[in-house]
Amino acid sequence: MSSVIVRIPTPLRSFAGGQSEITAEGADVGAVLGAIGADHPELLARIMKDDGQPREFVNIYLGSDNVRTLNGMDTPVSEGDVLSVLPAVAGGAA
Amino acid sequence: MRARDRRLADIRSKVPEVSPREALDLQRSGAALIDVRDAAEVAQGSPGGALRLDRGFLELRIEEAIPDLDRTLVVTCASGQRSLFAADDLRRMGYRDVRSLAGGFNGWKDEGLPFEIPKMLNADARERYSRHLVMPEVGEAGQLKLLESRVLLIGAGGIGSPAALYLAAAGVGTLGIVDHDVVDRSNLQRQILHADERVGVSKVASAREAVLALNPAVNVIEHPLRLESANVEEVFEGYDVVVDGSDNFATRYLVNDACVKHRIPNVHGSVFRFEGQVTVFWPAREGAPGPCYRCLYPEPPPAELAPSCAEAGVLGILPGVVGLLEAVETIKILLGAGDLLVGRLLHYDALSARFTEFRQARNPECRYCADGAEFPGYIDYQEFCALAG
Repeated sequence: MSSVIVRIPTPLRSFAGGQSEITAEGADVGAVLGAIGADHPELLARIMKDDGQPREFVNIYLGSDNVRTLNGMDTPVSEGDVLSVLPAVAGGAA
Repeated sequence: MRARDRRLADIRSKVPEVSPREALDLQRSGAALIDVRDAAEVAQGSPGGALRLDRGFLELRIEEAIPDLDRTLVVTCASGQRSLFAADDLRRMGYRDVRSLAGGFNGWKDEGLPFEIPKMLNADARERYSRHLVMPEVGEAGQLKLLESRVLLIGAGGIGSPAALYLAAAGVGTLGIVDHDVVDRSNLQRQILHADERVGVSKVASAREAVLALNPAVNVIEHPLRLESANVEEVFEGYDVVVDGSDNFATRYLVNDACVKHRIPNVHGSVFRFEGQVTVFWPAREGAPGPCYRCLYPEPPPAELAPSCAEAGVLGILPGVVGLLEAVETIKILLGAGDLLVGRLLHYDALSARFTEFRQARNPECRYCADGAEFPGYIDYQEFCALAG
């Protein structure tokens, strides 16, 4: 089990009690997000599909690497790693 | 003997002179032909492929242009005298093989050798872009490239405003601006192209006014329309770079798909409250192709999972930062300078004052940009919420 910092993007903070970072434990990416989901199920639902895979409009980065290019949700994490969640955002002009 | 002639005789004993024909042969075998005449003379014609370095700046700039002291240099002026003085200076700077073209450009022309009328900046442009001209990364050649460039801005809003103004100021020759909307007072918190007195005016017309006030030489093309699959191809025709500052997923996917299809670099930026994302999507980039928007996010979120309209909002300055980062990437693309944000997503969190860079590889199975993928067609996604950007 490693303690990992998960950065929550602004559009999802209302589902994380307003927090911008959450520290959680787990052996891999899926486990860390699952641990967060226990306290914040709505947040998890916006990041992951029912099958446990990240949604098409959300990317999860371990450090600077997209976990899709690593081992997906099974990518192992180490103590002190940072996971960043980045959803697609459309804003610009309006 | 006059002092000048004594000096020239002395230089001739150290600097070999070559005939126009010999100069051409040397140039063809790799020597640099350097025309040291001033801009007004060069504007009348200059040997083909010559490096044009005004005598006044020769010593200051030669090393940036020709770092190799062993390269053969042939210096030319109008008649072959200034070139001797210049060649002697280059020799003393350490260039080991410097020659002077006897008879200068006049002799060159008389021999019927190839010359060109170089494209040059006029006096107004020379003054306006003087801070660019002194930088080796831009210079006159780069500035001319910018003047011949065509950039299409998607949205004359929070992101498009600073991008349009700075690209116009930088001398991008043609700016196309797509926006179907009119200026609303609530836009003015961030959309600095517009002005209080233009509330109610079409955004592209308002943008034109602001751009031309800053740089009257810019060719502004107004596209007062909403981008759709039916018009996207016609609108994108002829542009070198697209700068996406749109405010909804439907437009962003359309912009991506058209850029992929037509091999146009897509400079992408988006904002939400205090956060921005910037990257360059360019699967057709030669040598180092990058991902497209769909590699990053294959499909837009459904309405129920997108940030709600009620939550939307943005720090007015944030799209300014993002729009300027997009403008910088655009200029780099046009100049072919530096390392682009291709395959790299830059995330800016203004509240924590943190820039984070994420690597983004191409998706080898991307439906739109994978090698050999057949274009699947445009999709008009339903527009469910225009986030205030």
